[in-house]
Amino acid sequence: MVTELFPLILAGAETSRRGKRLVGPVDLSLDGQGLCVVIGPNGAGKTTLLRLMHGTARLTAGRINWACDTAEARHHQAFVFQRPIVLRRTVEENLTYPLRLRRVAKAVARRSAQEWAERVGLSDLLCHRAGVLSGGEQQKLAIARALITEPALVFLDEPTASLDGRATREIEGILSHAKANGTRLILSTHDMGQARRVADKVVFMLGGKVHETGPATAFFEDAATPEARAFINGDIVE
Amino acid sequence: MRHAFWLVVTFDAELAEIALRSLRVTLTALVIACIIALPLSALLAVRRFRWRRSVIAILNALMGLPPVVVGLIVYIFLSRSGPLGALGLLFTPTAMIVAQVIIIVPLIASIAHQSLRDLWAEYHDLLISLNVSQFQKMRTLLWDARRALLTAALAGFGRGIGEVGAIMIVGGNIDNATRVLTTAIALETGKGEFALALALGFILIALALGVNLLIHWVGQTERDSRW
Ligand SMILES: Nc1ncnc2c1ncn2[C@@H]1O[C@H](COP(=O)(O)OP(=O)(O)OP(=O)(O)O)[C@@H](O)[C@H]1O
Ligand SMILES: [Mg+2]
Repeated sequence: MVTELFPLILAGAETSRRGKRLVGPVDLSLDGQGLCVVIGPNGAGKTTLLRLMHGTARLTAGRINWACDTAEARHHQAFVFQRPIVLRRTVEENLTYPLRLRRVAKAVARRSAQEWAERVGLSDLLCHRAGVLSGGEQQKLAIARALITEPALVFLDEPTASLDGRATREIEGILSHAKANGTRLILSTHDMGQARRVADKVVFMLGGKVHETGPATAFFEDAATPEARAFINGDIVE
Repeated sequence: MRHAFWLVVTFDAELAEIALRSLRVTLTALVIACIIALPLSALLAVRRFRWRRSVIAILNALMGLPPVVVGLIVYIFLSRSGPLGALGLLFTPTAMIVAQVIIIVPLIASIAHQSLRDLWAEYHDLLISLNVSQFQKMRTLLWDARRALLTAALAGFGRGIGEVGAIMIVGGNIDNATRVLTTAIALETGKGEFALALALGFILIALALGVNLLIHWVGQTERDSRW
């Protein structure tokens, strides 16, 4: 049975810390189609917005509603962090970890780990300690570990920020494959090229607020706000 | 000196008995202390409860507790007129184990907590995102920090096996019952039996080193086969 998470609706959603508002209020509604890209300059609140939707940042005002129960929705989500977090274990044990948490049998989990390692090109490194992998390899590992439970939705926070062109292309390949298999992806980036390549829908953030949203083609061709146009052109936006 | 060596080499039966008793008391205390200290330190790392800071501060303070005082307190509790006097545990190996557990729990818990806290900072976001239960968090941390925990346990063993004051008080250094290496050394030195004291000293050092090497070797082989 497939649980339907979407539409996701944020109404006046905010998160603050020590009285300082980091993000919000955000009104946003995401339907079940395509890949959504969150863009914006450093400190705009991209990471915080993703965390807020995922449920790991505290909602201090407003509402976030999934089509199903929030706890249920959370069970079908995964998050890939801006700086990859790998367990101090082997690559294989990193991959089996979320499966083992869900009480998947050891043998099944291992087979699945091998499959995913193959898919992201880490087969040769399965029994290496994850900590010795390169940044790009760690990021691929983190993505594979997120996808291995076949979540309905994966958040990716600047998954290719510190990677070179080839690794970026590989990861985009993995992501488009996941998308073709019906996984919803919400990813943040400040790489305009990447946003153009992968986005179906764009959420442009500025100063902790959603400044503009829309379908990717329309957004890149003719953004409504001058700030968005400037950002697309690579100008500095304050 | 020659005599001392001779005693060790011929493996004097009484020496062997004392050495084995030492090992048994300290290893038992170590196992019990680990069972208490490791989950406690993991809990302190992953859970933000109200008295967390105080508990950590107390543990750190207890680490510096003089063993003699621990011995005294345990003595008072176990003595015939004490609250636990009915158990009749005073001057038994069990009393010595109790005292050693009290001495090494804070040490192991403090050292373990430090490495678990660092690991938790590293894992925090991931484990929160995976929505793992409190118990699974602790299990993951304990497992992934196992090498550091081994070091903590070693420190506990070292403190326990070399400890005299508490054990002397609650054990009473009774021949054939509660005499262990350290108390025997103290006794023999007092009597001027330096050869015997020295022989006991050699054995004590050998035990301490031996257990260290063994545990290190276990850690080593594990690393070779897995990493
Ligand atoms: N835990 C926190 N405590 C205090 N301030 C925070 C915290 N987390 C984020 N912030 C602040 O919130 C703002 C938004 O941060 P966020 O990480 O969401 O930005 P971002 O768009 O992801 O930036 P980048 O492109 O650099 O990753 C920043 O000004 C940051 O300093
Ligand atoms: Mg960010």
